[in-house]
Amino acid sequence: MRLVDAITGYRYPVMAIVSILHRASGVIMFVLMPFIIWMFDASVSSEISYGQFTSVFAAGVGFLPGWFFKLIALALIWSYLQHFIAGLRHLWMDATHAVDLQFGRQSAFFSIVASLVLTLALGIKLFFF
Amino acid sequence: MEQNFGSKRTVVGAHYGLRDWLSQRITAAVMALFTIVLLLQVLFGAEMGYDRWAGIFSSQWMKVLTFVVIVSLLVHAWVGMRDVWMDYVRPVGARLLFQVVTIVWLVGCAGWAIQVLWRL
Repeated sequence: MRLVDAITGYRYPVMAIVSILHRASGVIMFVLMPFIIWMFDASVSSEISYGQFTSVFAAGVGFLPGWFFKLIALALIWSYLQHFIAGLRHLWMDATHAVDLQFGRQSAFFSIVASLVLTLALGIKLFFF
Repeated sequence: MEQNFGSKRTVVGAHYGLRDWLSQRITAAVMALFTIVLLLQVLFGAEMGYDRWAGIFSSQWMKVLTFVVIVSLLVHAWVGMRDVWMDYVRPVGARLLFQVVTIVWLVGCAGWAIQVLWRL
């Protein structure tokens, strides 16, 4: 089967989508790990570095505007939330063997909706307050 | 014929499957706990600023917990990324290269994070 058929031809159940999102969000956080540690470094090291940390998001750095960094932060926020909630779902299923179809479908759907709602709320806080 | 299924199954292979699966779950639980502990400290307290933020990480128990989380993240991300490479990268040479880069990337990041933590 060609890749394009797999992408367009398959009907993906919501559990499969959550599975892919779990991987995608994990890879995003893996790739952005130096940015996360830079944020940790700058925000805790000194009052001066804390000021630089906040100014990167408020005013940007070099030719990159502040909203660009906020957008990256928002991608990280979504990735963390999706990975966290889907991960709790995994742990719950492992611990209780709750593997029936209905629970799988509902909890998968819940993880997507909950992480999107929380991302939206935190995004509003990040960009407008 | 001798029974070779269920609890009597003759286990073969390198035996790292269960260990990796388990370490990924345990490290996940540690990081989830850290998330909740940090969140509680951020949400309940005075207005956020440098002093309060840095103060959260300055207590000894929080430093130890953060250290454990950094090491947990290293292990957790290694198992996850190795699974990704094993699933999507077929050529052995390319897979090995990606795995080596992943190890260097993760160890480098963990070293940086621990360095930040220990000079606080």
